[in-house]
Amino acid sequence: MKNPITGLNKVFDNRIRLGVMSILVVNEEISFNDLKQMLEVTDGNLATHLVSLEENGYIKVHKGFIGRKTNTTYSVTRNGEKAFSDHITALENMIKGVK
Amino acid sequence: MAEQNQQQDSLREVTDIRRLMERSSRFISLSGLSGVAAGIFALVGAAVARYVVFDKYYDEYDQRHHFDNSDFARLKMQLLGLAAVVFAAAFLSAFYFTWRKSRKEGRPLWDFTSRKLFWNMMIPLVAGGLFILGMLQYDDWRFVAPACLIFYGLALVNASKYTLTDIRYLGYFEIVLGLLNMQWIGYGLYFWALGFGVLHILYGVVMWWKYERVSK
Repeated sequence: MKNPITGLNKVFDNRIRLGVMSILVVNEEISFNDLKQMLEVTDGNLATHLVSLEENGYIKVHKGFIGRKTNTTYSVTRNGEKAFSDHITALENMIKGVK
Repeated sequence: MAEQNQQQDSLREVTDIRRLMERSSRFISLSGLSGVAAGIFALVGAAVARYVVFDKYYDEYDQRHHFDNSDFARLKMQLLGLAAVVFAAAFLSAFYFTWRKSRKEGRPLWDFTSRKLFWNMMIPLVAGGLFILGMLQYDDWRFVAPACLIFYGLALVNASKYTLTDIRYLGYFEIVLGLLNMQWIGYGLYFWALGFGVLHILYGVVMWWKYERVSK
């Protein structure tokens, strides 16, 4: 996943995926609708990016119900947290001009 | 050149991350003017309560030299009604200024950050409210003002995890004021006016000065 030169994670090379991770690392659990509202994206767009984050093992999906309506929530995995913090370190190094 | 671009990109990315982390964990549209408005209503309420209790109730007592239970029951109902009106007015005005601020910033007023803030504030507040009603049920009026201040202070300290952290200091002050009030039981109304009136206005002005003045 990592670019060997910069250390940046390619999975996070997208505004929405990075946004999802930023929100999930500070919130225990968050619903699809709350993510959508916070990131101002369409259903389909958000769903695609969530699937790719899940496939990489960075987030966990919990399917639940409120009454009869489905309520899907997301949380970050330990792997995801690690990948995200590595990505930020890489960004910081980039800003400082360290290689 | 390419390196500089990448540096710019990284900087923008970090700013984005920071903004989202902050925005998704705290409700930051709380307006200082909300505090000022709530404080003004509290002071007006306290002044009316003082008039009802001291000028009317005690005056009547001085004239007639005796009171029965129905007079006291009437006073209780008047004070409870007044408390409800003050609470509603303070709450609505506080709500209005925060609504106005969130609209100006183009943020939703009712998203999961304000929801979290609301629930975490409500837990100590509702517990305190029921506790105070319970005391009134046993005709104990002495600890109403201290209990109001202490439970409200605890609610603010709890809420500070979900909004501007400055509100925590307002919470500390309310708790200290409530505990001090325990040593001067007869002066509940003054402590109450200080905590809910003066402190709210001071806090609101400081918050407005710190966060909202610049954006004008």
